[in-house]
This record gives sequence, structure tokens and C-alpha cells, in this order.
Amino acid sequence: MELCSFLTLDSFITDPLTHEFMRKALLMSSLVAAVCGFLSSYLTLKGWALMGDAVSHSVMPGVVVAYALGLPFSLGAFIFGVGSVALIGFIKQKSRVKEDTVIGLVFTGFFALGIVLVSKIKSNIDLHSILFGSPLGISLSDVKQTIFICLLVVILLSIFRKDLMLYCFDPRHAKTVGINVFFLHYLLLTCLSLAAVVGLQSVGIILVVAMLITPGATAYLLTDKFDNMTVISVLSAIISSLIGIYVSFWFDLETGGSIVLAQTFIFLFAFLFAPRYGIFKLKKLFAGYK
Amino acid sequence: METINYQNFRIEAENICVDYNGKVALYDANLRLKPGQICGLVGMNGAGKTTFFNALTGFVNISKGKIRINGESVRSAQKDQTIAYVPQNEGIDSQFPISVWDVVMMGRYGSMNIFRCPRESDVQAVKDAIERVDLTDHLSTPIGNLSGGQRKRTFLARAIAQRASILLLDEPFSGVDIRTEKLISELFIQFKNEGKTILLSTHDMIHVREFCDLVLLINKTVVAYGETSEVFTPENITTTFGGISPDFLFGPES
Repeated sequence: MELCSFLTLDSFITDPLTHEFMRKALLMSSLVAAVCGFLSSYLTLKGWALMGDAVSHSVMPGVVVAYALGLPFSLGAFIFGVGSVALIGFIKQKSRVKEDTVIGLVFTGFFALGIVLVSKIKSNIDLHSILFGSPLGISLSDVKQTIFICLLVVILLSIFRKDLMLYCFDPRHAKTVGINVFFLHYLLLTCLSLAAVVGLQSVGIILVVAMLITPGATAYLLTDKFDNMTVISVLSAIISSLIGIYVSFWFDLETGGSIVLAQTFIFLFAFLFAPRYGIFKLKKLFAGYK
Repeated sequence: METINYQNFRIEAENICVDYNGKVALYDANLRLKPGQICGLVGMNGAGKTTFFNALTGFVNISKGKIRINGESVRSAQKDQTIAYVPQNEGIDSQFPISVWDVVMMGRYGSMNIFRCPRESDVQAVKDAIERVDLTDHLSTPIGNLSGGQRKRTFLARAIAQRASILLLDEPFSGVDIRTEKLISELFIQFKNEGKTILLSTHDMIHVREFCDLVLLINKTVVAYGETSEVFTPENITTTFGGISPDFLFGPES
């Protein structure tokens, strides 16, 4: 990279845009980040971080099998994502093993199955790009599929926005007034599986859980209103993915890792300086000056 | 306004059993309540009080027995918004980013369209409910910034906004201030006059004597049920609490 050329901010931003793969990567990653950020508010409030980790790892064999059979990889991911959760629920109910142990056990099992399958099925699947993401090398068919999934998730979340909020907040009340809690549970799981599958293109299967929880956690520190939380979560996710991609372009770093690191730094910033819930409580500092 | 027939039962639970994966939480429990009755549900922790509530709201399925709400199934009671559940303060996430207004509006969700867009009547119902619990100054306050009593009143307002005819209250008096306690007891009298039926669980023996027409003592099953003056005896209470005398549990004043 020509390091001297980003002496001006202008060229720092515009130079990468001259490459088609960069424009595509920036657009697609922002879209994916926005969707994951949207979902992230619900997952963090529901306390599903570990569930997010489990589902995102469990989709691996689904992706591999779908590739091998020439099916859309989202289909395979969806089946294995929801399947893993069903299996977790089943084992928990039928044994005395504690839930977090069952979750850890099931998702590592699925993940291992995925890795074994990759090594067995001779195909053009690139293990590295599944594990660590490859937003710069995204193909046209992937672009179409990603846009489709993202739209689907956004539409579902938008329609059931308030019901899902109620489901996260007080499922008992939801049930009492005749709202289908069972449906909402699986709706959230479905969105989680779909988001995991588009997220893994950006940052890879190992880090995709960060896309699903960090923006929500950041937003949770910055607001007391659910709607604002969703907006902040989406914005911080988009900004992180833009920062991550630019930084990885100029400094030749792994893209997925850069995106997640950017999210982590934004979280740390909120953790330290959030007006009400940050360690230093900026509001109080300013109030002290008056 | 619906006409209330005070002879029909609001709640009829016959020999209901609930088990969680083979573990029995409640068995052979019976309860019959009419409009305008207030019934106290008393028992130890783990005696099945919350399970009883869950069975009535349909949050858990009963493995045996029959539940009729206003003569119909639990499923249609859910559809008709018949039952409102007011949770314990510990039962909710107080850090959830949501305001008083939004919580009370949730009481209207069941009767709204799929997008949950509030109509004018919903907005009015929420306003009225918040006024009745005296929280009009806190409309947009996040629930995390409320006191325990204010939070309890928020959930009561949600039940009022729902216009339910049956109220289930889990420990309504625990962790609330004097002002809230007074307001809740005034509301109870109003609810009674409106013909609502109330089932409340409590640890506090004084509240049972003060508010409850009927009392249901449970320990996995019904230990005793009837008019408070007849059933709420030291012997029955001792049996309910597994042989420990009420003096020891609640101090000599009870």
C-alpha cells in the first residue's frame, strides 16, 4: 500500500473506492452489519449471547453440505442453526447436564463436524474464508443471496419489532394476552441463523457472534429507550465495519478481525465515557463545571 | 360494558396437576372464584404459587384437570384479554430500556393489529391507567429509574389498561413503600366494586386478613380453602408451612 497517499483524509477515503471489490465490500459489509446490529438489540436484552455463539458455530456443517450439494448455503445454515437449538433444548430436558454445558457441547460438536466435512468433501470451499470471512472476495451470487437474506430479516424484524421487544421483556405477559410466544421464539432463532450466515461472510464464523452482540451491548450503555438502542446499535455496527475495512485496506490487515476490533473499541469507548452508564459518567463531569 | 353475573364463576380450576419434566409442582388443586372476590394464595417458596398462576394464564400446560375462565378455555381467555398478570418486582428485568408509557401500552398489545399501532382508544386507556396509579409525572421515565413501588404501580397500570376482569398478582406488597401500599389497597376496593376477581400471592399474613375474602393455602396441593375467617387458622397455616408455627415465621403479631 502506498502509505504516503493517505496524508490527506480525502484520499484515505476515496482511494479505496476506485477498486470495485472495495466498493462491493464496503456496501455489503455495511448491509450485513446493519442487519446484525438490528438483531443485536434483541439478543443482548434477551440474554442470548451464548445462544448466538452456539448458533453461529453450528451453521458451519450446514454451509458445507449446502455448498457440496449446490443448494443455497443459507438453507443449510438455517437447518443446522435451528437444529442445534432444538438439540440443545432436547438434551437439556432429557438429562441432568446444565444448560451452558449443553450449549458448549452441542455447538462445538457441530463445528467440529463442519471442519471434518470440509476436509472430506473435495470442493472449492475455502476453509479460511469460512472461518475468518472474506468480504473483499464476495462473489456475485453471494451478493444476491446476502441482499435477499438481509431484506428478509429486516422485514421480519420490522413487522414483529414490538412483539419481539415484549417477548424479550416479559414473555409471560405476552402469553397471557394471547400473543404466540412459541412463534416469536422461533422467529428470533430464524433471524439469528440467517444473520449468522450473512455475518460469516464479513467476519467469519468464529467472530460472527461479535457482530450479533457487541453493537447491542454498546447501545445498551448509551440509552434507556428501546428504539434509540436499535438505531445506535445499527449505526455503531455500520461505522465499525466501514472503519474495519478501510483500516484493513491501508494497513493490510485481516478484514474480519479489523471490523470486530473496531466494534470492540467503540464498546470500550461507551464503557468508559457513556453519559449515564459509563465509568467516568461524562454527564456528571459536565454538570460539575456548571 | 359487560354485564356481570355474580353467580357465574370467573375461575374454575378442577383437580389440576402441573409437572415439569416429571417433577410434580402442583397436584389435585381446586379453586373457584366469583366476580368481586379477592382470594389470597399463601404457601412457602416452591409450594406452587407461581405454578398455579402459570397454569391459569396458560404459561405452562396442565397435565391433568380442567381450567375454565369465565366458563371458557384458557386459550380463549388469552384471546379475550381476560386475565392480567402482575409480576413480582424480582420477576422482571428492571434494566430493560423501556419507559412507563411503553410498559403500560403493552397491556393493549393483545387487542391491537399485528404492527401494534396504538389507536386513540389505546392511548386513552393507557393515559387513564397511568393516572389511576398516580404516575402521570413519570410517563417517559425508564423503569430502571423508578422506585420499587413505582415499578409495581406501572405493572398494575398495565393490568388496568388491559381491562382484564381477572387480576393475578404475585407478591403485590413486597418491596413497596407505604404510599404504594395505600394506593394498591384503594385500587383493590375499586376493582372489587367493578366486579373484577383478584388472586394474589403473599407472604404477609396481615394483608391476607385485611384484603382477602377467601384464602387458598397450598403446599404442592390445596391444604385449605375457604372464607378467610374460617380457614386462616394457626393450625392450617402451620400445616401449610410444613409444621413451622406462624409465630416463628412472621412474628407474634400474626
